[in-house]
Amino acid sequence: MLPFPVLAPALPEIILVVGALCLVLLGAIQGDGARRAIQTLSVGLLIVVLGLVHLSGGKQGVGFEGAFIADGFAQLMKVFTLIASIATLLMSFQWLERERVERYEYSLLVLLATLGMMMMISANDLIALYIGLELQSLALYVVAAIHRDNSKATEAGLKYFVLGALSSGMLLYGASLIYGFAGTTSFSGIAAVVKGGAPLGVVIGLVFLLAGMAFKISAVPFHMWTPDVYEGAPTPVAAFFSAGPKMAAMAMFVRVVITAFPAIAPQWQQIVIFISIASMALGAFAAIGQTNIKRLLAYSSIANMGYALVGLAAGTPEGVQGVITYMAIYLVTTLGSFGCVLLMRRDGQAVETIGDLAGLSRTRPWLAFSLAAMMFSLAGIPPLAGFWAKFYVFGAAINAKLFALAIIGVVTSVVGAYYYLRIVKLMYFDEPKPAFDRGDASVNGVVIVCTIFVALLSIAPAALFNAAAAAARSLF
Amino acid sequence: MAALFFYLFSAVLIASAFMVVASRNPVHSVLYLILAFVNAAGLFVLLGAEFLAMILVVVYVGAVAVLFLFVTMMLDVDFAELRQGFQQYLPFGALIALVFAAELIVVVGAWAIDPSVLKVVQGGSTAIPSDVSNTQAIGRLLYTKYIYFFQAAGLVLLVAMIGAIVLTLRERSGVKRQNVAQQVARTKATAMEVKKAPFRAGV
Repeated sequence: MLPFPVLAPALPEIILVVGALCLVLLGAIQGDGARRAIQTLSVGLLIVVLGLVHLSGGKQGVGFEGAFIADGFAQLMKVFTLIASIATLLMSFQWLERERVERYEYSLLVLLATLGMMMMISANDLIALYIGLELQSLALYVVAAIHRDNSKATEAGLKYFVLGALSSGMLLYGASLIYGFAGTTSFSGIAAVVKGGAPLGVVIGLVFLLAGMAFKISAVPFHMWTPDVYEGAPTPVAAFFSAGPKMAAMAMFVRVVITAFPAIAPQWQQIVIFISIASMALGAFAAIGQTNIKRLLAYSSIANMGYALVGLAAGTPEGVQGVITYMAIYLVTTLGSFGCVLLMRRDGQAVETIGDLAGLSRTRPWLAFSLAAMMFSLAGIPPLAGFWAKFYVFGAAINAKLFALAIIGVVTSVVGAYYYLRIVKLMYFDEPKPAFDRGDASVNGVVIVCTIFVALLSIAPAALFNAAAAAARSLF
Repeated sequence: MAALFFYLFSAVLIASAFMVVASRNPVHSVLYLILAFVNAAGLFVLLGAEFLAMILVVVYVGAVAVLFLFVTMMLDVDFAELRQGFQQYLPFGALIALVFAAELIVVVGAWAIDPSVLKVVQGGSTAIPSDVSNTQAIGRLLYTKYIYFFQAAGLVLLVAMIGAIVLTLRERSGVKRQNVAQQVARTKATAMEVKKAPFRAGV
């Protein structure tokens, strides 16, 4: 008889599964009448899981015959992902109710997607990686199309589904090649095989694997879905897409290349450098012509993934620390930006064009201040949080002697600053449009917290950097 | 005895496979397909792979073939029209089949197994135990070593199910539904109305 599986490292996930299944049952029995209760309980469940993950203290542990790993890196990334899920859930409820797409399944799908993200972060095996990714993606495809009577939302859902299935196929093909040539699916086993010179099949498999993962973080040349999906999906859903799943996919990306393929770093570094440069450049130039703020934020997220990959291209603990710091700060900034977009409602209608922000400083000065802080932070202007994010990834690239990459990054961030600052100019110097409606308390709360974080990180940055450094060390 | 059953299953399998393509009625085609699957399952049993045989019956016959049957019966596809030009494309199809067959013969003819691989397969670390059937062996592995993947795959299917319901289930108004409780609760007083019809006057 085989021994009983080791469950302890996956305790938060198990509690999340059991809780989510109980809520599925509650929903199935009570129907839409239990929507409010399910919403509250989902947020409560995520907070409990967040507490458990935090209390685990990043203890190293491997469960389920090596398929699941809990370590400092997984703990920190899970904390960020859970915070993103909680914040987006809080921001969604009232917005979706106003748009008449209130359905109790929304919270359940977000819960299950969050579970998929946690499985991706903790995946220590190609099969675990793929199943976690599919769990997350399937839930996201449905959430994108949850506004099913809206043709744009269904188009977004369908587009995301078709392209996502294609990328899953590529990832699976790469994984099968790696398994075929390495003879194992576990990351440590692959690392052991690759150490003595990687067979060609493994390298080709790695390319496909990276292509599949680049799709999930929407890096160029696999970014095409992002603007359409962000524009078509309901705004809270777009906020969700831009935060948690990106975090989880980036964590998965880092773990795969660092723990499974450390011996062939030069091979994957070329690819990471290429997609990083392409993402930064496309994100910077393509966003200039956008008039829809959600599309603009989509291109901004493409560019931001490029910047985060700059740290990974270095392939050093310092670089991984840069990636973690960058993703944490990006997460807060994007949540804050989307929170501001959620507050753009005029006469009960959601408005989405950049022109609608004109003169916001005179009608809603604090909202304008928050959005300006987010935009300055995304542009990387000190003393806001975004400056530190860029500082660390470029620093890591320079220490790894990747000067060209760092220079291109700085140049594209100057180009990108143009469209971020154009929004600030619109808000502060143009003739005001009619004022927006009063916002929901929960969205206001999230925006305030994000603004405080972005504005005041420079006072005590050490906590975040030290946590990121400790997490990065646990990978090497 | 085994040889007899092998020839029986094989003959029926090939014949029914041919009938899938050849029968004019698409519903007959699907029924022949089910027959082909069942006979293939019989061949698997002869090989000692009873688990695969059961999977074939449960998944292919139970789900896929019945789904096919639903589709062919529900959708109004004019199969006669689809078949038009079958004669016309026959030479071209035969040519492709010939090329494919030649390739297969070349590949299979030059087949050689790496002796090092053979050594691994034969002298592998895991000897095949004789006291467990393969269903049992798969079950033991699936519920212990691979329990994580098994359960997680179950969750993926749950999400797919929730998603399908979220995206397609609609509450329609103006549809007459059967309410069993209401029907049972009917009494003589509510269900019947006694009218007095006047004599010789009609209703």
